[in-house]
Amino acid sequence: MSEPGSEPRPIAGGAHVADPTFADVNRDVLATLRPPGNKYFAWMCLVALVLSCGFLAWAYQIFYGMGAAGKRTPQMWAMYITTFVFWIGIGHAGTLISAVLYLFRARWRTSIYRAAEAMTIFAVLTAGLFPLIHAGRMWFAYFLLPYPNQRYLWPNFKSPLVWDVFAISTYLSISTVFFIVGLVPDIAALRDASTGWRRRIYAMLSLGWEGSDRQWRHYRRAYGLFAALATPLVLSVHSVVSWDFAMALVPGWHSTLFAPFFVDGAIFSGFAMVLVLVLPMRKAFNLYAYIRDRHLDAMAKLILVTGLVLTYFYLCEAFTSWYSGDHFEKASLFWRLTGTYWWALATMYFCNCVAPLVLFSKKARTNPVILYIVSILVLIGMWFERFNIIVPSLAHDFYPATWGIYVPTITDSTIIIGSFAWFFLLFLGFIKLMPSLSIVEVKETIPAPMKDARHAGHH
Amino acid sequence: MPATTETILGVFAHVDTTVRALEELKAKGYHDLTVYTPVPVHEIEDVVERDRPVSKVRIFTLLGALTGLASGWIITAWTSLKWGLIVGGKPAMGLPVSPPYVVIMFELMILFGGIATLIGMVTLGRLPRFSTSPSYDPRFSNDRFGVAVHCTPDRAASVREILRAAGAEEVRP
Repeated sequence: MSEPGSEPRPIAGGAHVADPTFADVNRDVLATLRPPGNKYFAWMCLVALVLSCGFLAWAYQIFYGMGAAGKRTPQMWAMYITTFVFWIGIGHAGTLISAVLYLFRARWRTSIYRAAEAMTIFAVLTAGLFPLIHAGRMWFAYFLLPYPNQRYLWPNFKSPLVWDVFAISTYLSISTVFFIVGLVPDIAALRDASTGWRRRIYAMLSLGWEGSDRQWRHYRRAYGLFAALATPLVLSVHSVVSWDFAMALVPGWHSTLFAPFFVDGAIFSGFAMVLVLVLPMRKAFNLYAYIRDRHLDAMAKLILVTGLVLTYFYLCEAFTSWYSGDHFEKASLFWRLTGTYWWALATMYFCNCVAPLVLFSKKARTNPVILYIVSILVLIGMWFERFNIIVPSLAHDFYPATWGIYVPTITDSTIIIGSFAWFFLLFLGFIKLMPSLSIVEVKETIPAPMKDARHAGHH
Repeated sequence: MPATTETILGVFAHVDTTVRALEELKAKGYHDLTVYTPVPVHEIEDVVERDRPVSKVRIFTLLGALTGLASGWIITAWTSLKWGLIVGGKPAMGLPVSPPYVVIMFELMILFGGIATLIGMVTLGRLPRFSTSPSYDPRFSNDRFGVAVHCTPDRAASVREILRAAGAEEVRP
């Protein structure tokens, strides 16, 4: 899209669009921030409506009590923790793209990393609601903070639930810092292209950035260090979340396999969510010159690889519980496959193991419709994976007298649908307020302007 | 030597002309330069950073990370010694560290390291500032490169000449 208007609107896939120049990048990214049309507001209204239903359901639950959410022993974790783990997992793809792929110098990351990073923060913000919703009396949420009670008893730092608080707060803080630091030079570009009160706000947000050699020098070094800090962090966060389960003795949870299993699943579902967000964004903003087939192809390949690894983990999980010879482990697995929730397990196997196999075909990897369908199936499958870990394991543990089936209620289902609305509301707001494509990083991947053509091939 | 310095700004459209100007200026002994680029460019960095030490941000990161690691150790060790919660007859605080506390220490190491990196980047880059410097031009966040030379007024003419000869689109004042 070097000259919009002079060229026909590229068809989906957009293989024939010209390479953009530096000025094109600024212009095209600024174009995404133009006042939105009716379609945008229609989506906003729909999302806000669903979110209001979620809030009403939450208010009802606070008034009526946790029974409204179908909580009864032994099913005290049920859908809230399922959805909490799901959202934390979604966040992982953003950090993988912004930190791990940065360190590996994977250049295709540049055009999707901003949207993915925003997704990370919004996903963690959504996940962060669930411990509050789940704990019931959320006005005591500050109990989670590490501080002593009146009798000078501190939280038990040996508890995985306390680790979780530390891991997720750190993850949210570092992701936010990383995100804001990446935004600073881009906001400076917005500042320089705007006037009036907008300019003043952007001037403040850009911290007075001017791209001088001194600023870039420290910025680049700092950015590399952030990536180096975020890389072990992203691997640790979902590991810590998995230890919430693995440290307990419940059959089906107590496994050393859980940390890598969770991290892999997180990346798998995160990339699916990136595609769910980026494909419509590319169409709405006509970003075919930046988000090309090879970007979709690369993301699809990562989904395929993580999906195959996940399939391997499922086999391992079944094998270890059989090979352990432990009666309870074997019974738990058998019940999960054949008991009340067999359909949830079947859905999970289909969505996570079978559906991504389509991506072995190159045509499917670059076809937005197929990618979109696979991504949504993957998201459904990954939600059910967490459901299958939590609900059936708790339903049938050691002691038959404590067995119990969980049935969702309208209240908790509405809250969970509302959490999706909360996430999409944040993302919709973001794409109109901030550059959803990184101006600086996209420019870094296109050849810098050279007067002497002999240098042009250098990049 | 007069106390006043003048700033001459050259605006360039290309990387190679910017590099040529920088090489020429450095060869002539002008080292008080500010280079504005929309993105970090290797060719320009190669010239500008040639005789400079590596950014000190990493020292901030290291100190922040070590502070975090130490705080994680102190808070877990101190609280477990203050109120011994003995599990399985194990010591309240293992030496040098009880395995479960590694998680807390690790997370605080990353958290403090990250925040210190941010502080380092902001202070070393002389941010935040409320307005851009006088030699800054809005085109520098778009597709133009700028070389600002800080020199004494009597040398301004020769600086202008160097910038123009290298291929500057515009030289001011």
